[in-house]
This record gives sequence, structure tokens and C-alpha cells, in this order.
Amino acid sequence: MALSADEASRFATLLEENRDELVASWTDRVAATLRGRLSHAELERQHGELGKGLHAALSGGGRLLTDEQSAELRAQLSELSSSRARQGFSATETAVSVFALKDAVFGILDRVGGDAILRDYVAFTSFVDDAALFTFDSYVRVRESLIADQAEQLLELSTPVVKLWEGVVAVPLVGTLDSARAQVVMERLLQTLVDTSSPYAIIDITGVPAVDTQVAQHILKTVVAARLMGADCIISGIRPQIAQTIVALGIEFGDIATKASLADALRYVLSKSNGR
Amino acid sequence: MSDEADVIEVRSDQDVVRVRQLVRTTAVGAKLSLVDQTKLVTAASELARNTLVYGGGGTVEVVRVANDVRHGIRIVFADRGPGIADLELAFTDGYTTGSGLGLGLSGARRLVDEFEIDTAPGRGTSITVTKWCR
Repeated sequence: MALSADEASRFATLLEENRDELVASWTDRVAATLRGRLSHAELERQHGELGKGLHAALSGGGRLLTDEQSAELRAQLSELSSSRARQGFSATETAVSVFALKDAVFGILDRVGGDAILRDYVAFTSFVDDAALFTFDSYVRVRESLIADQAEQLLELSTPVVKLWEGVVAVPLVGTLDSARAQVVMERLLQTLVDTSSPYAIIDITGVPAVDTQVAQHILKTVVAARLMGADCIISGIRPQIAQTIVALGIEFGDIATKASLADALRYVLSKSNGR
Repeated sequence: MSDEADVIEVRSDQDVVRVRQLVRTTAVGAKLSLVDQTKLVTAASELARNTLVYGGGGTVEVVRVANDVRHGIRIVFADRGPGIADLELAFTDGYTTGSGLGLGLSGARRLVDEFEIDTAPGRGTSITVTKWCR
């Protein structure tokens, strides 16, 4: 429901005349729900600015949150949600920051009095509701982008390529090896082989709980790619249960060297490189 | 005697991971040996992926079963995909219509104790596997 031009201007005046009282009452209410996790001064500053933004939107002729005149206010609300989301506040705590304005306004309307209090209040309430919903939406958007960022970081973190010895790099694989991770592993391994000009690479699968044909295929492809670049690959971390499963599945690793532990693989590589 | 069945809808790669986790917890709960756990989890992973890739998605049902002498785990993979026309060919090691190694179906049969397949072109595929506790 859009505010009428009349209502909008009445509210703009109300906000202007009672600014300090409104901000103080609003801040008190929000501070109570956030239980001291944001300082009073910080909240007061945020609410002061939001109050100004709201006043600017209403006095500029904005009657809906989606109006052009409310663009500045929307930007402020987005900023508020994004900072709350990053500070770890819940969606409710974020939306309440906006909803609390209704109570603060009601307090003032109640004191000021007048014939059309209820009508005005209802109209203004729907404007604030829109603002709170908008805040909620931006909160969710920020959180989703945070999760996407973290998933990406996790992918990078979970596939380290380490230099184990002069000329020997190792990739300790932990967890599920899906296509996306297999791709990252291969890229990193091949790049590290170039950067360190290592003739040996050890792929350690101690942390991979089950080796099925897809995992095996990913590992085999990585080994073949490394070989094309002139590096010898050893697969280590083949535990008894994995060995039996691989045999039953019928997967063949051909002439690729495999070892039970990373230590065995390193010993094998060192003895080979000393021998020549 | 049989317990409640756990059912997972398989629609994406994440669901295959969930199937694997469910089978592993059930296998641990049924006190399967580490080797048998790994074999069953691997078989489930292969068949669930087949359900997803070749069957276009479907359901996986995991249930603990028991008869007079022993107990174990039964898993049913069902899809409404195109079905398998030539079973003998499908069970040939190294044969695949996709891009895998062609070992999933035949390998999974070797990883479990009982393996039943019910399929026909156009009718979908239903595979029931059972692993008994030793």
C-alpha cells in the first residue's frame, strides 16, 4: 500500500520535529534485542542516518520503498544488512532493527495525538514493513554470497600441494573427490610440478574414505597428465579395505607405483632418485 | 524382522554423497567389518551414481534386514529411466555408454553378497543389493 502524498509529508515533518527522541527510543529498543553486541553509540549513529534517509525519501515525494526517491534509503538498508550479516547477527535480529522503528514512531504519535493517528500509523507501518522485508532479502543475499565464497575457499584450502623433499611434491587428498575438486587438484599439481621442476609427485589418498570408479578415474587422469609433463606419480595411502575394494571393482592401476603409506612412497622415491 | 527404511531422493551429486554417508552410518550401526563397510559404501556409490547419470535420478532405500541366522543391510536403487536393453553387455567389464571406466555395475555386483536387477527398456531399472554380516 503506497503512502498518500499527504501522509508522506506528515511523516516527514513528524520525523524532522522529533528526530532526537525517535532515534533515542528506536536505539533503546534495538539495543535490547541485540544484548550489547553492538555499542549504543554505533546503533545511534546507524539509526540517525537511517532516520535521515527515511526523511529524505518521504520529503522528496517517495511513497513506496521501490520509488526512485527511496533509492538512497534502500542503499542504506542494504549496507545495514550486509554489515549485520558479516558480523554474524541472525536474520531476525537484522529485521528487528527496522521493525523497532514502528514502536518508536507509535510512542511519538501516541504523545502527539491527533485525529488521524491510527490511519497514519497503519499507512506508515506498511512502509516500514516493506523496508524490513527489503532488509531481510539483502541479508539473505549477503549470506548466500558469503557461503559461496567460503565454498570456493574450502575447495582451494582442501587441496594443498606440498613440497615433501627436493624434487618431490605431494598432494594429500582428504574427503570426497568429486569432479570439481579433481579438476583443482590436477591444475595445482601440474602447476607445482612446473614451478618446482620436480620429477616426482606423490598422491596420498589416506583421507579418502572410499575409492569408487569415479575417484579412480580422476586419479588415473591426474597421473597420466603428470606423466605427460615428465613427472613420475606414486599413489600412497592404500589401506587394506581400499585395496580389496579396488580389486573387487576390477580397477587396474597398471604400472603406476602404489604404496600403503606416504612414508613408504617417500622412501621409494628417494631410493629411486639416489640410484641414478 | 526389519527396521524402518531410510529413503534418499537422488537428484544431484550431493545426493550421491548423502547416500554414501547414510550407507556408511548404517553399516557401522550393523557392525559390518571395516572391509565390508568400505565395499558396501563403494557399491552404493557406484549404483547411486548410475541411478543419477543413466536413470536420470531416482530413489535409494537403505534398510537393515535379518533372517534366522544372520543380519545385514539391503539397499534398493530405483529409477524410471530408459532401462537396460542388453544386460550381458552392461555387465561386461569395461563396457560403458557414458564416459566412466565401465566397471561400476559389474564391480558393484562383486562387492556385495546378493545382487538382483529388474530392468526392461522403457520401464526403468531397480537394483537390490544385500550385504550380510559375517
